[in-house]
Amino acid sequence: MTDPTPPPNMLDVERIRVGYGAQTVVQDLSCRLAQGRIGCLLGPSGCGKTTVLRAIAGFEPLVTGEIRLGGRVVSQPDWTLPPERRQVGMVFQDFALFPHLNIAANIGFGIRNLNAAQRDARVAELLDLVGLAALARAYPHQLSGGQQQRVALARAIAPRPALLLMDEPFSSMDVELREQLAREVRGILRHEAITAVLVTHDQMEAFALADEIGVLHAGRLEQWGSAYDLYHRPGSRFVADFIGQGVLLPGTLLNEHQVQTELGIIGGKVAPGLVAGTAVDVLVRPDDILHDDASAQLTEVCDKAFRGAEFLYTLRLPSGAKVISLVPSHHDHAIGERIGIRLDIDHLVMFPRSA
Amino acid sequence: MQVHTARSSVFLLPSTLRTPSTWRAGVMLIALVLAVPVLVVFSFVFQPAGEVWTHLADTVLQEYLTNSLLLLLGVGAGTLFGGVASAWLCSMCQFPGRRVFEWALLLPMAMPAYIIAYTYTGMLDFAGPVQSGLREQFGWAPGDYWFPQIRSLGGAIVMLSLVLYPYVYLLARAAFLEQSICVLEVGRTLGAGAWRGFFRIALPLARPALIAGLSLALMEALADYGTVQYFGVATFTTGIFRTWFGLGDAAAAAQLAALMMSVVFLLIVLERWSRRQARYHHTTGRYRHLPRYRLAGWRAVAAFGLCLLPLLFGFLLPAGQLLAWAVQTAADTLDAEFLRLVWHSLVLAGTAALLALLFGLFMAYGKRLRGSLGVHAAVRVAGMGYAVPGTVIAVGVLIPFAWIDNRVDAWMRASFDISTGLLLSGTVAALLFAYTVRFLAVALQTVESGLGKIRHSMDDAARSLGLSPNQVLTRIHMPIMRGSLLTALLLVFVDVLKELPATLILRPFNFNTLAVRAFELASDERLAESSSAALAIVLAGIVPVILLSHSITRSRPGHD
Repeated sequence: MTDPTPPPNMLDVERIRVGYGAQTVVQDLSCRLAQGRIGCLLGPSGCGKTTVLRAIAGFEPLVTGEIRLGGRVVSQPDWTLPPERRQVGMVFQDFALFPHLNIAANIGFGIRNLNAAQRDARVAELLDLVGLAALARAYPHQLSGGQQQRVALARAIAPRPALLLMDEPFSSMDVELREQLAREVRGILRHEAITAVLVTHDQMEAFALADEIGVLHAGRLEQWGSAYDLYHRPGSRFVADFIGQGVLLPGTLLNEHQVQTELGIIGGKVAPGLVAGTAVDVLVRPDDILHDDASAQLTEVCDKAFRGAEFLYTLRLPSGAKVISLVPSHHDHAIGERIGIRLDIDHLVMFPRSA
Repeated sequence: MQVHTARSSVFLLPSTLRTPSTWRAGVMLIALVLAVPVLVVFSFVFQPAGEVWTHLADTVLQEYLTNSLLLLLGVGAGTLFGGVASAWLCSMCQFPGRRVFEWALLLPMAMPAYIIAYTYTGMLDFAGPVQSGLREQFGWAPGDYWFPQIRSLGGAIVMLSLVLYPYVYLLARAAFLEQSICVLEVGRTLGAGAWRGFFRIALPLARPALIAGLSLALMEALADYGTVQYFGVATFTTGIFRTWFGLGDAAAAAQLAALMMSVVFLLIVLERWSRRQARYHHTTGRYRHLPRYRLAGWRAVAAFGLCLLPLLFGFLLPAGQLLAWAVQTAADTLDAEFLRLVWHSLVLAGTAALLALLFGLFMAYGKRLRGSLGVHAAVRVAGMGYAVPGTVIAVGVLIPFAWIDNRVDAWMRASFDISTGLLLSGTVAALLFAYTVRFLAVALQTVESGLGKIRHSMDDAARSLGLSPNQVLTRIHMPIMRGSLLTALLLVFVDVLKELPATLILRPFNFNTLAVRAFELASDERLAESSSAALAIVLAGIVPVILLSHSITRSRPGHD
């Protein structure tokens, strides 16, 4: 019995390489996204994530590889379907609203093919959706940043694009506004059943908005997975370091499923191919270290930061190695005090120590 | 990530120019051709000094130098005082009439220096209304009393200061408004009152802007021909004229021009340097509504008077006098000849404006699409002409054009026994070329600032919403740029209308414009008759002033 063929992906990026002149910006990058999913390219600035986005939109040609939209090839080396014929919507970092058109005209810009009545109806529907119905006749410069962002989103999704691309959509917002807007945008994308890819350097934004996240580093895709996977099962040192907080604690491999560290033996799945006695680094997250007054494992508090519900303590182990720990904030310890801790790791993450 | 994304816009070109190298070559070529006059003038520095030059150096060169330097010093002091005082009062103090003064103080910019010069001559001369009035009032006879001689170096300094102080005013005002009010408030908490705040904080912070405005005013003062010629003050510009036409020595004239250009370049360097400094003097990006010092009583009267003086003497009085003369002589001057003058001026200025706009657009797009180092440098060179005095450009145009004419003529006579005579020199083409060299910068700057408002992401957004590259040009760029293009046209148009020395030298025989006619009539002591032409120029000059004051009131930080 054969499996029924799975629905085609909305987006297939196949081993693409993008560069300017002699310089390669993106190398050997592949990813895919099913209809209705929201993907995210996450990475520090300069990692090539915006270039990937622009290649998907059709603004950058490919050196090698292939991009397909809904199964149709749109980019190959030597051939690029122009952006205006891709049915790809894009929200730009600076919103790029047209200053000479009012809000309604901006939103209706991409649906000139509809007749006037249909167009007006669609514009009105979108204005309602983004909550700006009262500002239809206003001009972009009269709007706040958050409002401009919503107009940019409405304008991009008005033609019902097959794929929506968003380049650092919240980077110019206040921190408080970001999370609220991210939730709003997610609601709108779900409402319109839109497949979307966003690019950001802010992991909180990625976690809030995306179903699947790809971490980019120096033009390469380090790992593609859910937020949970990236946090708890990072595939590389870079991902472990970039996502969330934590420290790498030195240890030695005892056998196939145990590592000896200063904080005791940690069990779990060990990367295959490593022999006992290999020196490794184990990822220890702040939530893996529990404060326990009864514990014999004593550490010295060398720094603390009040976070409201909890303290983030930096603790020095007897060997001098440091770990960080989140502790409920009624445990107020002074710097220099020695407190007991206990290790509670669900997911063993380790990397062979490089020379 | 931060890689240049200009490549997507390369599609926005007409198909013949779609290869970027063609575009780049075009930009380079235009820049090179426009640089010819200045290069020609400078090439004469390396020529051995001729007999005439030696003669000049022995006799009048000293006088040219001294007069030009004194003129610069005087105009520098005058514009600096007038510009800074009025700018400080209008931006930092509150007194009756401030809102009107804020823009009205720019009006003297509409008044070409040579026009204000002969207007005052008409008013203050022995036979003028002022001296006649005094004599009548006090029963003085001629020779009984002392009256300042307006036609002198001092007079020229006053005239030029009256119309050039707005350059300092504009930049000083912008600098004062940009200074975050915080630094002044910090000053007050540290015990510095209004006067100390001005001298110890605001003025030092505004220094780069003041130097930039001052160097612009000095460039204009150095380039002036009409005023000093009319007042009989021998400076570089009049010297170049006399050497060329009186002594008939092109090489010596060019050498004088080269000497003058070195002073100009000094001023350019000064201006550029101080603009760069200005960035470091920027305090913070936070602005609030300026809590102005409220002036009352005698202080308010003094402030009002101080702002009224430059406006009154720089614009209201001379414009009123021109108007009175124009009404008096309207029956005689408004004839077919006058209409022909207007027509000539309009066609000439219109064509030059279109040319400058066209080249400006081409170069600005070249810079946007292919921002290579070479293109940037080429655009910079093409924009230099604005600092080059009209007399220098005229000399730099005539020499190569005459050379080409002679070559063509010689070749044609040798080959076909036909004499072609002067093909380029003394034609409207030469004049238009000179205007383009001098005023391209005006168009270029305006177009560039318009183009700067269209971010590359707007092109991309339009493409992703289904527009073809050519549609992006017509539906996004054109509508957004329309205002800037119109402004560029208008600014060049008015500048050409006012231009005097290059027009005087390069115009075809018997071809007159409003500016030339006004100057000629005034030189013949027919002041009243020249007034209608002068008034027409002043009226046209008001248009860019209005544009300027409009853009100022709109782009003011700290205000809604």
